[in-house]
Amino acid sequence: MITKKIYLYFPKSETEKPIVYQLVKDFDLIVNIFRAKVTPEEEGYLSLEVTGTQENIDRAFTYLNGFDVVIHAGNKGVRWDESRCTQCGACLAHCPTLALYMINRETRAIAFCEENCVECLACIAACPFGACSSTF
Amino acid sequence: MIKTYAEINKKIESGKAVVLTAEEVIDYVDKRGLEAAAKEVDVVTTATFGPMCSSGCFLNFGHSKPKMRISEAWINDVQAYCGIAAVDVYMGATQLRQNDPANMYHPGEFRYGGGHVIEDLVAGKKLQLFGLSYGTDDYPRREIRTLFDINDLNQAIMVNPRNCYQNYNVAVNASDKRIYTYLGILKARMRNMTYSSAGQLSPLLNDPYYETIGIGSSIWLAGARGIVYAQGTQHCSLVERSENGVPEEGAGTLALSADMKEMLPEFVRGASFKGYGVSLALGVGIPIPILNPEILRRTTVRDRDIMACVIDYSSDYPQKTGKVLARYNYEQLRSGEVELEGKKIPVTSLSSYNKALKICGLLKAEIEEGRFLLSEPSRRLPLEQGMKSLNIIGPGR
Repeated sequence: MITKKIYLYFPKSETEKPIVYQLVKDFDLIVNIFRAKVTPEEEGYLSLEVTGTQENIDRAFTYLNGFDVVIHAGNKGVRWDESRCTQCGACLAHCPTLALYMINRETRAIAFCEENCVECLACIAACPFGACSSTF
Repeated sequence: MIKTYAEINKKIESGKAVVLTAEEVIDYVDKRGLEAAAKEVDVVTTATFGPMCSSGCFLNFGHSKPKMRISEAWINDVQAYCGIAAVDVYMGATQLRQNDPANMYHPGEFRYGGGHVIEDLVAGKKLQLFGLSYGTDDYPRREIRTLFDINDLNQAIMVNPRNCYQNYNVAVNASDKRIYTYLGILKARMRNMTYSSAGQLSPLLNDPYYETIGIGSSIWLAGARGIVYAQGTQHCSLVERSENGVPEEGAGTLALSADMKEMLPEFVRGASFKGYGVSLALGVGIPIPILNPEILRRTTVRDRDIMACVIDYSSDYPQKTGKVLARYNYEQLRSGEVELEGKKIPVTSLSSYNKALKICGLLKAEIEEGRFLLSEPSRRLPLEQGMKSLNIIGPGR
C-alpha cells in the first residue's frame, strides 16, 4: 500500500462527474479529502490523499486521464514561498501537523514539508509576510 | 586597557580589525578571558530583524511642469502625509490602503499598506502617485497621476522615530476567545505565547547603559549606512533591570535614518497582522566598539541572562493594569515551550533570529573589509528617563 497526495483541477466541463466515488468503488482507494471546491458550471479543485496498491493507483490515474482533469502529484493546494519567508517562526504554533518546522535550531531556519500539510490554512492567517498562500 | 574610536577606525581602515558577532563573542571571551579578549577584539556586531511600526520615509518627487504644491497624495492608494513643502511627502509604515475595510469584518486582513509601499520602493518596483492640490499662483497644477520608482525620486530617506526596542513584552491570551494583536494571533486560554526580540544579538541588550550606542552612532539600516539621529520615542531607561543591568521590559529605543536608495530589499518587508493592521519589518545592525573590558563583558550577554515579562494581551495590556503573569529568559522562550500555571505553552517569535544572525555576519564582513567605520556618538541617550501616561482631562473624561 502506498499513499499519494494529489491535487486535481477540473475545468467547467467535468465538474458534474462523481470522480471520487469512482476512485473508491472501482479502484479500492482510501480517499482523504483535504479541501474541495467543485460546483456545477464552474471550474473546481480537489486536494486529496489516496492510499492503495501501486497497481490500483496507476489504474486510477489512467482513469482520471480519460477526463479533461489536470492531475498534479504532490501538494499544490498550499504553497510556501521561501523568498517571502523571513524565518521568524510565527507560523510554528499555528501549524498542527509540523509541516512548517524549524529545520535548524542553531540558525533557527524554517522549512516546509509538503507531505505533512493538511491544508488547514492556519499559516496563511498567521504569517505577517504572506509567505504561505492557497491555490484556491 | 582603553581603546579609542580613532584607534579602532585606524585598524578597520588597514583591514586589521578583529570583529566578532554578538554570538561568537560569547564563546570567545569564555575561552580567552575578559582582559585578553578586550585587547584582541575591536568590534562586536549586533543586529535585530522584526516589525518596527514606528517607521516611515520622506520622499521628494521633484517638480512637474507646471508646478504643483501637493496637498494630498496617495502612493499605490496608500495616503501619504503632505503637510510639508511642495513635493515632499511622508509615507508611514502603518498607513492603511484607501478603502481598506480595516476591522469592519473582524478580523481584517490588511493585505497592503504603508509598509508594503516602502518594501516595493526599495525593491525598485513601479508605483503610482496620485496627488491633489487647491492650486496657488506659483503652483497652479491641481491634480497629478503618474508612475515612478525609487530612481525617479530626488531623495528617499527612511526616518524611523522608534526602532530597536531594547527588550519587549511576551504576549499571551488568558481570555476564552482568540485575539489578534501586533504580536500575532493569540489563541484562547493561553494556548500559545509570542515574543519579539533578537535576545543576545539585539543591539541595546548588548549595550544596556548606552555606553557606545548614542546620538550620532553609525548603524547598518537594511544594508544602507544609517545613523541614530535621536533617542527613540518612548525611550524609557528607568525600568526594572536584572543584576547584569539588562532591562526586563521595553526600556531604551532608537530613532534611525538612512538612504533608502542604498537598502537591500531582503531587509525591508511589509507586514500584515490579521485583525491588527500593517507594519514594516526592518533589519538593523549596530557595531559596538570594544573600548574597554567592561563594554566587552556586556556584549557577552546570553539569552539565558535576559529576562522578559509575560503580559496578558486580552486584558492587562489593553487596560494598562501593569500586571506581569510571569518572567522567562530568552533561552527558555527560544526552546519553543514554557510552563505557565501548570500548562505547557508553545512559544514563537515575531522577530527573526535567522535574519539578525545574517545581518551580524554582513556587518562583520563590511567592517573587516574596511568599508564601515565607527562613529563616536555626539551625545548619549538619556539614562534617567521615565515614561509619561496620557491623562484624560476635560469633557472627554
